[in-house]
Amino acid sequence: MTAFFTSFTGSLLWLILISAGIYFLSLRRLSGQIQTSQSKPHSLAYYYGRYAVIWAFFPAIIVLIVWTSFTRPLENQFIIQSLSAAYPDLPSSFVDLKIAQIKNISSGLIAAEDDIMRGLADQYGYASDRLSMLRYVTVILVSLIGGMFAISRIKPHFKARVVFEGFLRRVFTFAAIVAILTTIGIIVSLTFEAFRFFTQYHPIDFFFGTHWSPNVALREGVENALDEDVGGSSGSFGMIPVMAGTLLIAFIAMLVAVPIGLFAAIYMAEFASRRVRNYVKPTLEVLAGIPTVVYGFFAALTIGPFIRNLGLFAGLDVSSQSALAAGAVMGIMIIPFISSLSDDVITAVPRSLRDGALGLGSTRGEMITKVVLPAAFPGLVGAFLLAISRAIGETMIVVMAAGVSAQLTANPLDSVTTVTVQIVMLLTGDTEFDSVKTLSAFALGITLFVVTLCLNIAALSMSRRIGGRYE
Amino acid sequence: MSDTVKILASDVNVFYDTKQALHDINIDIMDRQVTAFIGPSGCGKSTFLRCFNRMNDVIPSCRVDGHIMMGDENINDQALDPVFLRARVGMVFQKPNPFPKSIFENVAYGPRIHGLVTNKSEAEDIVVDSLKRSGLWNEVHDRLHDPATGLSGGQQQRLCIARAIAVQPEVLLMDEPCSALDPIATSIIEELINDLKDRFTIIIVTHSMQQAARVSQKTAYFHLGHLIEYGETKDVFTRPADPQTEAYISGKIG
Ligand SMILES: Nc1ncnc2c1ncn2[C@@H]1O[C@H](COP(=O)(O)OP(=O)(O)O)[C@@H](O)[C@H]1O
Ligand SMILES: [Mg+2]
Repeated sequence: MTAFFTSFTGSLLWLILISAGIYFLSLRRLSGQIQTSQSKPHSLAYYYGRYAVIWAFFPAIIVLIVWTSFTRPLENQFIIQSLSAAYPDLPSSFVDLKIAQIKNISSGLIAAEDDIMRGLADQYGYASDRLSMLRYVTVILVSLIGGMFAISRIKPHFKARVVFEGFLRRVFTFAAIVAILTTIGIIVSLTFEAFRFFTQYHPIDFFFGTHWSPNVALREGVENALDEDVGGSSGSFGMIPVMAGTLLIAFIAMLVAVPIGLFAAIYMAEFASRRVRNYVKPTLEVLAGIPTVVYGFFAALTIGPFIRNLGLFAGLDVSSQSALAAGAVMGIMIIPFISSLSDDVITAVPRSLRDGALGLGSTRGEMITKVVLPAAFPGLVGAFLLAISRAIGETMIVVMAAGVSAQLTANPLDSVTTVTVQIVMLLTGDTEFDSVKTLSAFALGITLFVVTLCLNIAALSMSRRIGGRYE
Repeated sequence: MSDTVKILASDVNVFYDTKQALHDINIDIMDRQVTAFIGPSGCGKSTFLRCFNRMNDVIPSCRVDGHIMMGDENINDQALDPVFLRARVGMVFQKPNPFPKSIFENVAYGPRIHGLVTNKSEAEDIVVDSLKRSGLWNEVHDRLHDPATGLSGGQQQRLCIARAIAVQPEVLLMDEPCSALDPIATSIIEELINDLKDRFTIIIVTHSMQQAARVSQKTAYFHLGHLIEYGETKDVFTRPADPQTEAYISGKIG
């Protein structure tokens, strides 16, 4: 029973109980204060309670979390020490296994196989009980002290509401900062690794090279290579064919998705009755919920062979892996994306503009093509750009349907590869982290990131231009 | 000013689903005069106005019964194409609604879709003429290709009038055209209406009785979907025949 009390969950439950108690104590304290000082409180009573709860709960929970995350490694260190004392010649690969065994024995999940293990487990259990106890006491103390401190500050003229809102503001700011910092962190680490790549491989060869074969030692056409002595592990890393493949597939995808998505949106916004619209829109959005791997095997097993057979029929030699298959299926995947965003943009064009057009004697079609769509144009372009950046980032469909061979071609019937697929190929399987091959993935990654970032910025500024135009 | 009847509405009933918005309206609108529709809000003025260019077709729940004769054509005949009708009966809305295009393109829009112009110079003639007649030319002649949304509210509303008269309609419907404008812009538009009545039959809905008195020759007073009183504007305002009209214009209801 004590084990549960002092465990993480137990401590958390205690914290909640104490906070609840502090809440009511602070309300009591407030009403006492009001009676003795005969003054009206600054804020509504529950703000004083919330204020006290902040102090009783948050410092203590932070202590609990920080403590827990720091003592785990310490505990393991402790076991390892006693392990190596007990088994001086334990091979290092067994250490993790033994640690797990000891923990399981100590918590009663398995039986000890010998006395030494039994002893180690007891030792561990004793130490970790002690540590938990200590943690428990500390956390409770912090909570009580915090709560009491808050209660001691409660007076009718104390601005509890202001302080509470200030706290909320800080919580939200903190969340925003965490989000921004992670983004920055990712960019920084990408950039850093990309730089390491560029110290080993010349940027000009990377950005303008037309030959991509990371696995092949031969390096034809590369003159400026800085890493003559890196040796056989490196191939050539000319980005152009990979980027071209990405753009080719994204282009085919847009060719499929823009007309269908846009027309579906026009249908939903302008022609469908409310009832039909209520069914069609969610149905289209279901398409967006299908995992891309499903689209992938649809492309690889259905569309790819279909296109090849069609090609054979027309006397063309088409491989069953083609840019066309991948692009077409990717287009289907982003249809709901485009139709849903475009529908929002089109319905945002105000009634008054449509009335104006109809009132002048426009037909429905004239109203749509001459007034509604031009008015919605910036927003529509924004939607398309967002869709393109999705197409560029898509991986699974391409791996399955377009292949992995980097060819520089504009023929949609050839097999091509994309940036994302190459990153997957470079980083899966046995790779040394330091090789040029691995590092080139970061260079690809940052390039892709910059491209999609530009697209997104363009999209945002386009959609923003539409806001405030109708005033 | 002429004494011929332009539009003759008889036994007009309008329903939104089952709710009746207008009851048995009979009215004759005089050619090249300004007719004002007044009455408390919700009494059906806009609904009735929209019968004259079949804009009620746009509202699925709306049903219009009765005859509305313009010449020997029944506007309310479902066989009649509202697209042609709306070229003959133009409309100006409560809120200025210029298209997000240039000033020039706004005015040229109507003539283009109705095939009234075949080349650029014909379009220019119509645009210049319409802008002059709507009193906007002096203010915009040097920025015809700027976005119309950059104009002030009053200028936008005059642009909408120019856009409507560019198709050379016979009738101009105006639904509270000044309700979103300041007093100065309002008086400019009122003067404009006065000028336009030489060429067009104008029906204006207004909630301002002073405006009705200033701009119109005939006034119709509506109440709860009924046409209570219709006559010469000066008669309606000086010696109303119906006690309800009197109560409204003296400020007791509305
Ligand atoms: N689209 C509509 N759907 C249902 N009822 C409507 C609609 N438009 C107007 N009505 C109703 O018809 C009546 C007349 O409205 P309206 O013609 O707009 O009045 P007014 O212009 O005189 O203020 C009102 O009771 C209003 O609620
Ligand atoms: Mg109205």
